Amino acid sequence: MSEAVLHHGGAEDRHPALAHHFEDLPGQKEAAGLGMWLFLAQEVMFFGGLFACYTIYRNLYPAAFAAGSAHLNWKLGAFNTAVLIGSSLTMAMAVHAAAVGARRQIVAYLLATVALGSTFLGVKVVEYADKFHHHLVPGPHFRFEGPLARPAEIYYALYFAMTGLHALHMVIGIPILLTLAWLAHRGRYSADYHAPVELTGLYWHFVDIVWIFLFPLLYLIPTHAPH
Amino acid sequence: MSEHHVVSPRLYLLVFASLMVLTFLTVAASRYDFGAGNTVVAMGIAILKATLVVLFFMHVKYSSRLVQLMVMAAFLWLALLIAGALSDYVSRGRVNHVPEPRGPAGAALEDR
Repeated sequence: MSEAVLHHGGAEDRHPALAHHFEDLPGQKEAAGLGMWLFLAQEVMFFGGLFACYTIYRNLYPAAFAAGSAHLNWKLGAFNTAVLIGSSLTMAMAVHAAAVGARRQIVAYLLATVALGSTFLGVKVVEYADKFHHHLVPGPHFRFEGPLARPAEIYYALYFAMTGLHALHMVIGIPILLTLAWLAHRGRYSADYHAPVELTGLYWHFVDIVWIFLFPLLYLIPTHAPH
Repeated sequence: MSEHHVVSPRLYLLVFASLMVLTFLTVAASRYDFGAGNTVVAMGIAILKATLVVLFFMHVKYSSRLVQLMVMAAFLWLALLIAGALSDYVSRGRVNHVPEPRGPAGAALEDR
């Protein structure tokens, strides 16, 4: 009798992905989601320091920021914005495919997300190469005509720090997406259990949100900016 | 049970289309001179786009109250960070403009 009580809801009908300290999969998923959001809240502060730094320096040197921004190619920035928003759509569709248990679609949408993410990074490489070519990288080789050279160097330091940290997040995200695609191909995820796809989706969308702010702040500073 | 968590692909497409239109609007708005309004418009559109991503792509609209509280706390803290730092720097400039320090930072503050 007592053994029957102990084995109530016995181990044989537990989902293999359900950890022993959780009662059921929805409870485990809720805890995992909260943990991911805690991580993302920390990420908001991580990027927040740079955004606060940007806000202060742009306030101090509005003309230099406008002049520095004018050297960026806003068309490439706008293209990359569209690419990243597109990758968020394919990521959301991958999570949807996982939620309805469509294995092939999970893999297809994850690979589409990887393709779009790689396109974004490819454009970023072209942009960075252009900055090196034109001596717009802060440091001993930085060259900028006119009296705004010093504060413009601050603008470019922030440009590289912010877009660099953002790109690093994507460089980390792409191998994770590829791993998920492989595991989805192997049949690891189902309608019942697909928390890793969902949580990686949260991470990817967060990276998209960071760029949504970076694009206007770095590429679209009007040259008629007021003081 | 968890069926109401599944968002329809049509809604995702609608959010995607809205994000694209808003991106176009950001670029278009930057062509016009609204004075200080340019930054307000650009950040307003960015906040609207981020809200769409958080609510629908990240499912926060359908998440538990606890997750929603966590999201709001994250952005509240960011707002506090930027507002706190700005209130210092903006008011400093208005009361007494301090030129860029040329010597050691300590010396420049002493001279004032």
